[in-house]
Amino acid sequence: MAAVQDGPKELDAEKETKPEILSDGTSNLLGNTASGTLSSSPLTAAPAGGATKMEDQQTLIAVLQFLKRNKLSESVEILRREAGLGEHQEDSQATDGSGGGKGDGDGGDANSLLSRVSITSAAAPQSMPVKKDQPDVSVVLSAYSQQGDPSLYQVYYSGLKNFIESVLDCHRAELSQLFYPLFVHMYLELVYNNHETKAKAFFDKFSGDQECYYQDDLRILCSLTKKEHLKGNEVLLDFRTSRFVLRISRDSYQLLKRHLQERHNNQIWNIIQEHLYIDIFDGMPRSKSQIDSMSGSLAGEARREVNKAKVFYGLLKEPEIEVPLDDEDDEAENEEGKPKKKKTKKDSLGSKSKKQDPNAPQQNRIPLPELKDSDKLDKIMYMKESTKRIRLGPENLPSICFYTFLNAFQGLTAVDFTDDSSLLAGGFADSTVRVWSVTPKKLRKVKSTAELNVIDKESDDVLERIMDEKTASESKILHGHSGPVYGVSFSPDRNYLLSSSEDGTVRLWSLQTFTCLVGYKGHNYPVWDTQFSPFGYYFVSGGHDRVARLWAMDHYQPLRIFAGHLADVTCTRFHPNSNYVATGSTDRTVRLWDVLNGNCVRILTGHKGPIHSLAFSPNGKFLASGSTDGRVLLWDIGHGLMIGELKGHTDTIYALKFSRDGEILASGSMDNTVRLWDSMKAFDEVETDDFTATTGHIHLPDNSQELLLGMYHSKSTPVTHLHFTRRNLLLAAGTYNSQ
Amino acid sequence: CTSTAMTEREERRFAEVPRESIKLMAESSGVELSEEVAALLAEDVCYRLREATQNSSQFMRHAKRRKLSVEDLNRALRWSNTETICGYGAQDALPFRPLKEGELFFVEDREINLVELALATNIPKGCAETMVRVHVSYLDGKGNLEPQGTVPTAVQSLSEDLLKYYQQITRAILGEDPHLMKVALLDLQSNSKIAALLPYFVYVISGVKSVSHDLDQLNRLLHMVKSLVQNPYLYLGSYVRSLVSSVMYCILEPLAASINPLNDHWTLRDYAALLLSHIFWTHGDLVSGLYHQILLSLQKVLSDPVRPLCSHYGAVVGLHALGWKAVERVLYPHLPAYWANLQAVLDDYSVSNAQVKADGHKVYGAILVAVERLLKMKALSLTLAAEGSGAGLPGTTTGAVSFRENSPGLSPPPEPLSEPPLGIASHLQAGGAGCPWEEWTPVSLPAMYCELYSFFGDSLAVRFSTGLPLGGVPPPGPCQPLEGRKEPASSAPNLENTRKMPQLTASMNISPRQDGSPRMEPQPPSLAATVPGRSLARSSSSSVSRSRSSSSRPGRSTSQSRDIFPKARFPLPQAGPPAFSFIIGGRQMGRRCQGRRFQTSFSPTPPLTTHPPRAYAHKLPVIGRVSKPVRRWTCSHYSLHLPL
Repeated sequence: MAAVQDGPKELDAEKETKPEILSDGTSNLLGNTASGTLSSSPLTAAPAGGATKMEDQQTLIAVLQFLKRNKLSESVEILRREAGLGEHQEDSQATDGSGGGKGDGDGGDANSLLSRVSITSAAAPQSMPVKKDQPDVSVVLSAYSQQGDPSLYQVYYSGLKNFIESVLDCHRAELSQLFYPLFVHMYLELVYNNHETKAKAFFDKFSGDQECYYQDDLRILCSLTKKEHLKGNEVLLDFRTSRFVLRISRDSYQLLKRHLQERHNNQIWNIIQEHLYIDIFDGMPRSKSQIDSMSGSLAGEARREVNKAKVFYGLLKEPEIEVPLDDEDDEAENEEGKPKKKKTKKDSLGSKSKKQDPNAPQQNRIPLPELKDSDKLDKIMYMKESTKRIRLGPENLPSICFYTFLNAFQGLTAVDFTDDSSLLAGGFADSTVRVWSVTPKKLRKVKSTAELNVIDKESDDVLERIMDEKTASESKILHGHSGPVYGVSFSPDRNYLLSSSEDGTVRLWSLQTFTCLVGYKGHNYPVWDTQFSPFGYYFVSGGHDRVARLWAMDHYQPLRIFAGHLADVTCTRFHPNSNYVATGSTDRTVRLWDVLNGNCVRILTGHKGPIHSLAFSPNGKFLASGSTDGRVLLWDIGHGLMIGELKGHTDTIYALKFSRDGEILASGSMDNTVRLWDSMKAFDEVETDDFTATTGHIHLPDNSQELLLGMYHSKSTPVTHLHFTRRNLLLAAGTYNSQ
Repeated sequence: CTSTAMTEREERRFAEVPRESIKLMAESSGVELSEEVAALLAEDVCYRLREATQNSSQFMRHAKRRKLSVEDLNRALRWSNTETICGYGAQDALPFRPLKEGELFFVEDREINLVELALATNIPKGCAETMVRVHVSYLDGKGNLEPQGTVPTAVQSLSEDLLKYYQQITRAILGEDPHLMKVALLDLQSNSKIAALLPYFVYVISGVKSVSHDLDQLNRLLHMVKSLVQNPYLYLGSYVRSLVSSVMYCILEPLAASINPLNDHWTLRDYAALLLSHIFWTHGDLVSGLYHQILLSLQKVLSDPVRPLCSHYGAVVGLHALGWKAVERVLYPHLPAYWANLQAVLDDYSVSNAQVKADGHKVYGAILVAVERLLKMKALSLTLAAEGSGAGLPGTTTGAVSFRENSPGLSPPPEPLSEPPLGIASHLQAGGAGCPWEEWTPVSLPAMYCELYSFFGDSLAVRFSTGLPLGGVPPPGPCQPLEGRKEPASSAPNLENTRKMPQLTASMNISPRQDGSPRMEPQPPSLAATVPGRSLARSSSSSVSRSRSSSSRPGRSTSQSRDIFPKARFPLPQAGPPAFSFIIGGRQMGRRCQGRRFQTSFSPTPPLTTHPPRAYAHKLPVIGRVSKPVRRWTCSHYSLHLPL
């Protein structure tokens, strides 16, 4: 933590309207962090480590090949000289990629490299994916120009189908994974080469064979019948720009290879080589259920090596705060900023976290804001509350309070509670954000500048005096957005509120003045979600432009851009230690990003529908994700493994929350229910032997019914948000549907 | 304004715009299109439409809606740089109509007179303020704490559906169709969404007082109570009191319907008692405070001679339903006093008394059932206590074990026979000042049996034998049936003729749970002080010599005629450790031997014969209700050797 203070800094022009006393506090915070190690310029991937170096080299080679192809020999020479690449190096790389087909990761032919380039360009800031990517599309699609006899496509495909159906059971399940990507690519090839009727026939004949969880994609695919349509179709673009990843055992792969070589089935072999990435592993072929549990994402499974990076999922050490004795509660609150030092008693929670967690990141890995006095007071309150916390378990389920939004005809789109459950914010489709006080304490604005000038700044109750009693009300409306508000998030200190909207901006609101302080522009497309870091100052946002951005409150540009998702980033969550960000996407994957260097450290596949909710367990070890298919998946972050599947909901899960001690996972859904799951049991029953950890092949027990502790219906209210109070009372929120 | 003819083609599964429509639209804007161009355009339009729909669905998902709105589509169009469609944002449905003349479809678009609208006097009300209301939905993961009736005025307190449901259900239950009633009750039992209606249903049920002339309605209302009580999603909360009071009404009140002897109000009272016991078993936590109150009111009714016999009957079955401890503590001490009144009724052979006498028999039967179970449970509790001490005699253990194994039907629930010192007892001591509970002393089993036997004689189906006290070693359990089987040979003729009351024992099995007491069983306060009056009776009944004078009991004078009835052959506990074994006589019909096999044919001991004949035992033909054969009464007899 940087100890140097940078003096007051102004946030933005809008910030100047804030009264002096307030900006004192904030600038303190902002000044500290700005001098930290996080650079403020956008940066997609830091050039660090061998892996990135390799990638750079590959990019260079790709550029070289491109130049060569276009007969720009002089440029080739210059580039080669400057990069220090030998000719042999380039050649060997190229041959390795095209000839091997082993798919061991460091290869890849020009096409794949180009596609990789196109991803990065698509992910560049201020990019407009649909429009800007069109030149890339033509490059990508050109791969389809090398066509075989279109009338034989059906023969090829059914030949492979017959072969796969005739092999041993253990291999059949694995090789069946080929069906879907092959089907898609063959269909697209037919479409690209203007064989419309043949494409239709091909589709009609084989679309029924595909796994049911690809139905949504197939529906989009079947509407594509013309070459012109291929341009600008995002789903298709995703499919093309990334190689579909399959995980197949060596035995099965050999079997397939032998078959294709015997039959001289070059068409299929080419597609496999060019558009698929086959991740070969040694060992037992996987069973159908194992494959099904991991597949379903837009680009197949995650490559094994992407989940190998070390993740520091432990919690940060709690700062040592002297906890005053109980009888001094009131005094401590009155004497703002003077936490009692004498007669202290270590709280059990505080002492527990004093030991450094071996899996925790370094305390200053990410510069965090220094605690203010008010934060310390809040921490003390938190510890006191947590001693009164109800211990939950299967025998001791939480009580549920439902906050029903009534007369929300404009449409409730997002809800958030403050950590201490004192404030409630709702984002609405009519572009407004409304804040309610859940406690009897009303919401008050700070007085105007003129009035502030006349108050006695030396008085003890200055903080009380600056508030304008006339403005006291139960709720406040914040106007500013020009589109539906899709995400709201309170800052941990309850001074700020973030909202993200369809208008492409994220806005920061002051809860002292109830005005907008900053509008963060960068996404340019609808921003689906935003969330404050658990330590404040940083926040993350994700949107339709397929990237998640990390921001700091005092920077109008993002600090990091997390690019890699193949479709919209629908939800974003900070890890409890603030070092990582999890994002869920319409491409049906969950990714975990390192805040420090912007790298993607985990890709979690297995969902069969867009992911709309995420929740980290309080100990930081596990992640839960909920999707439109009504399933909740549980993940072990350390190993990057799926460890549980909770089936039961019948509609999209929009809310997930762990209880404060992590024993219970609550999920809220469109189907008007809250379900409680025994997360302890789910985590305990995981088999984490070395084999599983290394291969990532999991056997998921089908125990949803055992883990389901309770299902609670609301009258007619979809559950939009869930929150556990510090004492483990479950708060749910949603809007009443009268029809 | 749109004239789009849609045709659905089977193989494509989505709508298409035919080229004719394209051409028509082109013409309307003054452009001439060739076939070819129209076809291409049509296909492209289809694709773009589908694409826009696809894109719009994400706005729907993020707005957390299920219904795609015009707004969503417009947003999708706006983001793809296409002009948005105006004029379709209205909340009301837009009718899509065909035109008769041609294959033309259009959206009806009425003209609105703006002047009229502007000058209209009925200004539309603004919509209510968006607000948040909170209520505790589920407490500790269980049921609704309070009904969701706290919805403010902006939303109807009961949705139309719920109101309809309520009307349908009450109509079905109180209506004529028995099948419909069954369905309604079943739904009431399992519906998870009726928390808001609970007060309404409770209100309906509290209407028992106004339909006391209609047994059928009363029955239906009781069924309603049962369904509500059994519904796992309902948290009855304070409503349980109202329900209990309705049930108590059915048990105790001299209903208008009972004036007519043809009305079977007895069954109603039995059912209500059963229900009461059910409520205590399933909602013990809610009604624990009521237990004592109910006992008191039952006792009050029982001790009130002015009350009709049907109320007394209700009190007895009510006590019976509350468990054997309630019987022990209220009915049993009260029996001597009550017996006199009952006896008077039963002895009156005048014609005018016939009806009352029949009622008296009912009460008699109910008391008999109650005390039999009392004896049985008390014996069992002693057995278990003895077993628990570990020093039990071998015969005891085998007997007890066989009892447990053989009696799925009537085995008591795992009720703590040695009850924890919790609940009512402390409650009584704290609050129940002046109540007779404080003076209560538990009576030992043999004493109790002796006294009860003095009332009922051989009508008691529970038997205790001395079990051949050979040097303190009681005979093994299995011996007992043999002894019993010998019995009919000796006294069969007499017994077969005079006693045909197997139904009495069978009717003990009203509920499987009845065999025990509710959860909140009061602990008998073991205070040494006893009431002088009662202690007189007690001492006389428990004394070994049993030198009871006929005057020691009130109402005895009228019972001289009883002496002609069978002499008691009850063996009194001898000096030394006699081992009692009791046999429960059950319904023997259809089994190997006819009728009841177990009679008091213990080896007559000298002191016994000297005893005065049992004063209160009298021969009664079939008394009590003739209940249906109880199938669960699988094992008919058990013998337990009780080291007393």
